[in-house]
Amino acid sequence: MMRKKLLEVKNLKINFKTYAGLVQAVRGVNFELFEGETLAIVGESGSGKSVTSNAIMKLIPQPPGIYEDGEIFFEGRDLIPLSEKEMSLIRGNDIAMIFQDPMTALNPTMRVGRQITEVILKHNKIPHSEAKARAIQLLQLVGIPMPEKRFRQYPHEFSGGMRQRVVIAIALAADPKLLIADEPTTALDVTIQAQILELMKDIQKKRNTAIIFITHDLGVVANVADRVAVMYAGQIIEYGTVNDIFYDPRHPYTWGLLGSMPDLKNDVKEELRTIPGSPPDLIHPPIGDAFAARNEFAMAIDYVKEPPMFQVSDTHYAKTWLLHPNAPKIPVPESISRRIEGYLKEAKGNG
Amino acid sequence: MVKKLLEVKNLKLYFGSPSNPIKAVDGISFDIFEGETLGLVGESGCGKSTTGRSIIRLYDITDGEILFKGKNIHAGKSRKELIELNREMQMIFQDPYASLNPRMTAGEIISEGFNIHGLYKDKLQRREKVAELLEAVGLNREHAYRYPHEFSGGQRQRIGIARALSLDPSFIIADEPISALDVSIQAQVVNLLKRLQKERKLTYLFIAHDLSMVKYISDRIAVMYQGKIVEIGMAEDIYHNPIHPYTKSLLSAVPLPDPMTERKRQRIPYEYEETDEHAKLQEVLPNHFVYGSNSQLKKWII
Ligand SMILES: Nc1ncnc2c1ncn2[C@@H]1O[C@H](COP(=O)(O)OP(=O)(O)OP(=O)(O)O)[C@@H](O)[C@H]1O
Ligand SMILES: Nc1ncnc2c1ncn2[C@@H]1O[C@H](COP(=O)(O)OP(=O)(O)OP(=O)(O)O)[C@@H](O)[C@H]1O
Ligand SMILES: [Mg+2]
Ligand SMILES: [Mg+2]
Repeated sequence: MMRKKLLEVKNLKINFKTYAGLVQAVRGVNFELFEGETLAIVGESGSGKSVTSNAIMKLIPQPPGIYEDGEIFFEGRDLIPLSEKEMSLIRGNDIAMIFQDPMTALNPTMRVGRQITEVILKHNKIPHSEAKARAIQLLQLVGIPMPEKRFRQYPHEFSGGMRQRVVIAIALAADPKLLIADEPTTALDVTIQAQILELMKDIQKKRNTAIIFITHDLGVVANVADRVAVMYAGQIIEYGTVNDIFYDPRHPYTWGLLGSMPDLKNDVKEELRTIPGSPPDLIHPPIGDAFAARNEFAMAIDYVKEPPMFQVSDTHYAKTWLLHPNAPKIPVPESISRRIEGYLKEAKGNG
Repeated sequence: MVKKLLEVKNLKLYFGSPSNPIKAVDGISFDIFEGETLGLVGESGCGKSTTGRSIIRLYDITDGEILFKGKNIHAGKSRKELIELNREMQMIFQDPYASLNPRMTAGEIISEGFNIHGLYKDKLQRREKVAELLEAVGLNREHAYRYPHEFSGGQRQRIGIARALSLDPSFIIADEPISALDVSIQAQVVNLLKRLQKERKLTYLFIAHDLSMVKYISDRIAVMYQGKIVEIGMAEDIYHNPIHPYTKSLLSAVPLPDPMTERKRQRIPYEYEETDEHAKLQEVLPNHFVYGSNSQLKKWII
């Protein structure tokens, strides 16, 4: 089957002018996304996940933001030169976004039901009564009890988790080709989270929606992603299929992320791995590999020259000098390889 | 023999009016033993924070008893006894941003309790104690002069922990101390809490909805649902052999960093079952208690 490429981000660079200096928030990001596919973006706070996704929506405030370089092709057309008017036709229509903070996405003075119905009516030529029925159904789908009653309430009458589910319902109501979800479930209970992830996957299957899913929960990534981009200091430092990243991680930063989750299956009580130090200052990004100062395997070259993206396989890339043919072979830290072996063995055991 | 540090007996805490009560905590009983970590999990609104806040006496309880070192904490107490109780029990709050006064330096925040308790009156002594606390949580003494906004989220949570430790408590209630943090910083804070527990023989009540971290940090886990404890037992037993259908449902929803497992994940939805008036928390296996009626327990155990 030929899959259609929906989105291609090329060498995206976003800066912010601040009093302290120019913040280089996104420093040359490349990725692509096909119809029906989910890309998860992971990385610690401040690594540029939200700026990257806001940039695709053309929601970077200018000033202080600057589209310094790069292209964002959506269905073959570069979004960066588009006017605000052209962009507003795409936004909420072809591309919908679920924001990190649900309160900013809702209109506090409008009943929740009407906010959803309006989006449905904007995208479908159907009678009002049918739109209302669909809105109630969506509220039910995102797990809101007594949707008929809730339909008539205002956002402040909802709990934080319920508001987030309303935001998700609104994004889904638009039936977008691309859905960008920025930490959509971080504030929710695991049970509700699982329900919402199932719902998103369901809709994706039916409508072939492409999804960019931003989260720092690696369990959620393993659940939703086809491909994973690991971001560090404004760059993608490892990129691959979900299996590449979880079963064959190559970048020491990815090792650090995986090691900071407890290994639940194996009842191991050893200390969690942590990534020492803190992320670099993006006003003066370090010379060489931005991760060097925190990397226990850093080599002399890491402080001098930025590594390129090395190709590990057809689908898998990582930006670390450790992959250079002349670099010493550093094995994956034992605590991580042990748990990967455990997962793989179990998968084999279950057939 | 391990000693009970805290005994909660049939605790009830109702909000709202007596005619229309919100039963936030509805008759729960559990013990916490010296030196252990008890994890308290359950969905949003099930009463976890209310339980913690009742123990630390932020609320007047509706019914029941809470004993700390054998003494009823809500019964009439002398001022001296209250001060001592406040020293021994401390709380770490969920939100590292909101729980620190932005106009106070880290040093002032950490040493605030010293005045109330008349400790370290000598300036030099006080400065040393603050420095020692900062170092204990992985910060350094210069940080004493900085304001909260000059710290990252993980660092702010460390200041909250240093403040909780400042009066040498024996018992700490941590209400979702890591939920607002990045995974890598969560790991730092969890390692820190475990290390401090060992060094200072602390006892923890660790409240969270992230089951993976709870399982990792806790010796025992209590699962709450709508104001009641529905299951309590050793962390390993709760995780590998859950008995109450709500616990099963909760565990079936926890995503693991293992794509092949996730592809096969089948969530078990929970369907609320009425219990009759004979329902109670019963020991179904050694140290493993489940709430239900006899007929329910029979059904669930097979
Ligand atoms: N309006 C702005 N002005 C100046 N700097 C900004 C602005 N918006 C973002 N930044 C900076 O850009 C960098 C990337 O921020 P971004 O919000 O993308 O992080 P993130 O990866 O989404 O983090 P989190 O997990 O905390 O949401 C940060 O250093 C941030 O301080
Ligand atoms: N001050 C209050 N007045 C009235 N109702 C309250 C008050 N505090 C809590 N409640 C209600 O009591 C119940 C239990 O709340 P609690 O904060 O203990 O839940 P929780 O388990 O900590 O949830 P979360 O995981 O969302 O923090 C909820 O229904 C809540 O709405
Ligand atoms: Mg963000
Ligand atoms: Mg709470």
